[in-house]
Amino acid sequence: MDTVKQFDLARLRVRDLNQYLHHELPGSGIERVEILNPDGNHSIAVGLDCDVAVDILGHAGYFIAGMNKLAAVTVHGNVGWSVAENIMSGSVRVKGHASESAGASGHGGLVVIEGDASSRCGISMKGCDIVVGGSVGHFSAFMAQAGTLVVCGDAGPNLGDSLYEATIYVRGRIHSLGADAREEEMQSADLERVSGLLAASGIDCDSREFKRVASARSLYHWNAEAHQEY
Amino acid sequence: MCGIVGLLLKKSETRASLGQLVTPMLVCMGTRGPDSAGLAVYHELLGPGQTRYSLFAESPGFDWQSFHERFIHETGNEGSIRSIENHAMEISSIQVDRFKAWLRESHSDVNLVSVGSAIEIFKDEGPPDEIARRYHFTELNGSHAVGHTRMATESAVSPAHAHPYTAGRDFCLVHNGSLSNPYSIRRKLESRGIAFETDNDTEAGCRFLEWRMREGDTLEQAIATSFSELDGFFTFLMATADRMVLVRDAFACKPAVVAETDDYVAVASEFRSLAHLPRIKTANVFEPAPEQIYSWTL
Repeated sequence: MDTVKQFDLARLRVRDLNQYLHHELPGSGIERVEILNPDGNHSIAVGLDCDVAVDILGHAGYFIAGMNKLAAVTVHGNVGWSVAENIMSGSVRVKGHASESAGASGHGGLVVIEGDASSRCGISMKGCDIVVGGSVGHFSAFMAQAGTLVVCGDAGPNLGDSLYEATIYVRGRIHSLGADAREEEMQSADLERVSGLLAASGIDCDSREFKRVASARSLYHWNAEAHQEY
Repeated sequence: MCGIVGLLLKKSETRASLGQLVTPMLVCMGTRGPDSAGLAVYHELLGPGQTRYSLFAESPGFDWQSFHERFIHETGNEGSIRSIENHAMEISSIQVDRFKAWLRESHSDVNLVSVGSAIEIFKDEGPPDEIARRYHFTELNGSHAVGHTRMATESAVSPAHAHPYTAGRDFCLVHNGSLSNPYSIRRKLESRGIAFETDNDTEAGCRFLEWRMREGDTLEQAIATSFSELDGFFTFLMATADRMVLVRDAFACKPAVVAETDDYVAVASEFRSLAHLPRIKTANVFEPAPEQIYSWTL
């Protein structure tokens, strides 16, 4: 039996594709789905809930592979806003660049952006891991609560603003840190964590070149004497 | 929301295809802006002293031929007119101030939409695909075009409130976003004798930039000033007779994507507007960075 299925979005609607992925695919024996001509369409392969490989062959639009569970989605091109938003498990890999809010609010799983990610990468992440081969834009990891953001290039303004318990590692230059984010010393556990994520992502960098950014936790409790100055 | 599109053709031999390439870009952005749309097209520069006047008549079935004959008769100027539906372009050597005065006197039901040597602006109310069909956008040719699909959030839906906005000669601007201080900008400009045609926030931004340029700024300097003067969100796509210029504000929460090949530069709010363009699969596709000015010259 053929275990690969192709969908051509020049001929079929995204809704038809997603209905297939949700209802017909699980238990069908198909192991890989190839999506042709994504042409910037939004919401491709959202809400997957089974162990399948999905390859999107070209540039895609917003919300690609949102809410992903178990599946391994690869985009062979760029993506628009909010790729892998609210990812629960599995993996989402973008071989090109990602626009704003990549991995936003992700609970688990691995998001890999091989190129650059734009602003607000990992905003409000809640436990997923994000590895960016290039640089990230402003306000990345804003209010990130848990999980890891690894940036192999540079980070834009206000990195980790209002950070909770997520940890950020940056190899290049940090333009500026956001409120309550601070640089901390790399420990052996950090080196191990970064090495593991780089290996899982297939990105060849030396973990000893990274800086660690975490929350100073000074915003955790209301300070009436701070007069809104942090 | 709103959608913006722009296309600049680098090779003069491809100019006949401008309309065919840019129309699907605009129509695709109809989902981001369903209430009105507009397109600025840049033609060959006219000879010295000649001006193109884009006109919009509010009433359907407007008699453009009578309009033109009355213009010739009453002003004593030569001219030629080309019209389609509610839109017309009069080309004449009449002085701009005299043309405006004549129009105000004789045709209060006709709006002057643009003035310049190269620019022609079409804009109207309704779904963008209908507007594109109504004015035969696919048949347009020229060197570059800038378009907009509007989802109104802060002022009325009308042909006059549709983008592109224009000020001065051959300058136009389309805007995705919203300005928070258009009235203070407007008061500042009105006290310098600059007149406004609508209460739209984008018109304030457009007239601000054009005013700075008349004061001697380059477009780049004017944009740099706007970063501190204009409060709000914007992705601005602008054009002059020989340039297309793109800029996003510091927060960059209004999207844009650029695709460039040896043949063209294309800009749109979303990549799906660019997906049909020739050799898009090998184009250099990138997202413009905040507060960086991107400029492409013919």
